[in-house]
Amino acid sequence: MTLIRHELRRAWKSLLIWTGALSAFLVICLLIYPDMKKEMDSISSAFSAMGAFSSAFGLDTLNFGTLLGYYGIECGNILGLGGAFFAALAGISALAGEEKNGTAEFLLTHPKTRSEVVTAKLASVLIQIVILNVCVFLLSVGAIAAIGETIPWKEVALLHVAFLLLQVELACICFGISACIWRGGLGIGLAIAVGMYFLSIIANLTSQAEFLKEITPFGYANGPDIISTGCLDSGKLLIGLALTVCGIALAYFRYCRKDIR
Amino acid sequence: MAGNAIHTENLTKYYGKSRGVDCLNLDVGTGDFFGFIGPNGAGKSTTIRTLLGLISPTSGKASVLDMDISRTKAILNRVGYLPSDAAFYTGMRGRDILKLSADLRGKNCKARAEELCDRLQLDVNKKVEDLSFGNRKKVGIVCALQHDPELLILDEPTGGLDPLMQHEFFSILQEQNREGVTVFLSSHILSEIQRYCTRAAVIREGSIIACDSVDQLVKTGTRRISLRGIIRQEDVPGARNWSENGDAVSFLYSGDINELIRILAGIHVEELTVAEPDLEEIVLHYYGKDGDQA
Repeated sequence: MTLIRHELRRAWKSLLIWTGALSAFLVICLLIYPDMKKEMDSISSAFSAMGAFSSAFGLDTLNFGTLLGYYGIECGNILGLGGAFFAALAGISALAGEEKNGTAEFLLTHPKTRSEVVTAKLASVLIQIVILNVCVFLLSVGAIAAIGETIPWKEVALLHVAFLLLQVELACICFGISACIWRGGLGIGLAIAVGMYFLSIIANLTSQAEFLKEITPFGYANGPDIISTGCLDSGKLLIGLALTVCGIALAYFRYCRKDIR
Repeated sequence: MAGNAIHTENLTKYYGKSRGVDCLNLDVGTGDFFGFIGPNGAGKSTTIRTLLGLISPTSGKASVLDMDISRTKAILNRVGYLPSDAAFYTGMRGRDILKLSADLRGKNCKARAEELCDRLQLDVNKKVEDLSFGNRKKVGIVCALQHDPELLILDEPTGGLDPLMQHEFFSILQEQNREGVTVFLSSHILSEIQRYCTRAAVIREGSIIACDSVDQLVKTGTRRISLRGIIRQEDVPGARNWSENGDAVSFLYSGDINELIRILAGIHVEELTVAEPDLEEIVLHYYGKDGDQA
């Protein structure tokens, strides 16, 4: 517990900034919805008529004129991409950051096994992700209520669960990589988050690349799909779960044998 | 081997093709005040990091406090370690670091930490990034000592400490040693090894080339001869480390002293001193290529 507490204490500022920023963007988007709703008919038809661009962002599937359609797109952009960045950065810096900052020697010369260190760091990353998502969810739901709209609980909850799972998957993949590198690796983390996002964009653009949706967590955390089907794609989730487990296993396997620089 | 605080047997560590230590055999007895001497890159830090489980050996065996080094957690529970360049978490104050270190050990070390901070005149209210190198070192020293370890492993411990603090630091180490704590320190400052350590080992190119009591290491049979007179190096067979400054001549001599007296009797000598070389001179010789002749 000491190590988890220490990790959370060190991460709280970054967590606060990310949570604040993502919540603020989502809440602002929801607060301007009533104004936008008045002009939605023309906006919706314009958005859905932009060909490949509309497909890439799911604008052809969702009706931008409804709260769910609007929220599905905005939530995907803000919480999807923003949350992915946060999770990837938290995961990639968890273990490698100690070596980059020269504190690994301090930490690992205390009576803690490498496994205990990995467990505490992983728990800390996951706790941060849960805190961020719970806060964003509550504030978003509050904002929907504040603008006088009925809260579509099931769809909103499913969307947020999907983004939570996406972040957990990305964080765990980056966490595994973090055990293999000696520097901060922030660039690697960002590249993975952006890369996964663009894989889903490419998959939306052409049916030939649709298989990419199986690989990227943005495949199951896809607002238009979730809202239109009312459920999460279990096949894609299983692949995501497998990648998550691989990331965690890699972290334990590699870090327990790693020569600390 | 029972009763050894540190024992290594053909300990070898290679970083790819680069040598860390090569067949290192070292024994540090329980209760020793042991100096570990070697030039940069000789393998001192590699040895220490292997003993602490930070890196794994390529081959060979090692034990600390009679426990194989694979039992890292049990070893670290009983060891205090001071790295040569102590790095801490930025944003934390000295007292937070000390508390974290104690908590990670599951111990309440408040009283001992306060006593050590008082003796080392450490201000624990400053953030670690605002501390000078010497003061960061003091935080590291308190972290290494506050939990009353049985073995202290100190890597270049006095770097950054002023002479008064160095004196206080060694007083603390001597007190600990008298209470039975084994002290193992690596240092470039040979005078402090000679002054405080009872035993020492010299490491060169990854292997131990000398290991004995400091008294025995100094008693090599070699003498530092300093004289004023006209004499050439060719006149003294076996003279090494020859230096001349006007008519002042100084050299190391490990041959028959009667032969030297016979040679000196043949020249006009104004002054003559015969002294044991200090540890620094001996170790510098060990560092050289013909070190095994020292």
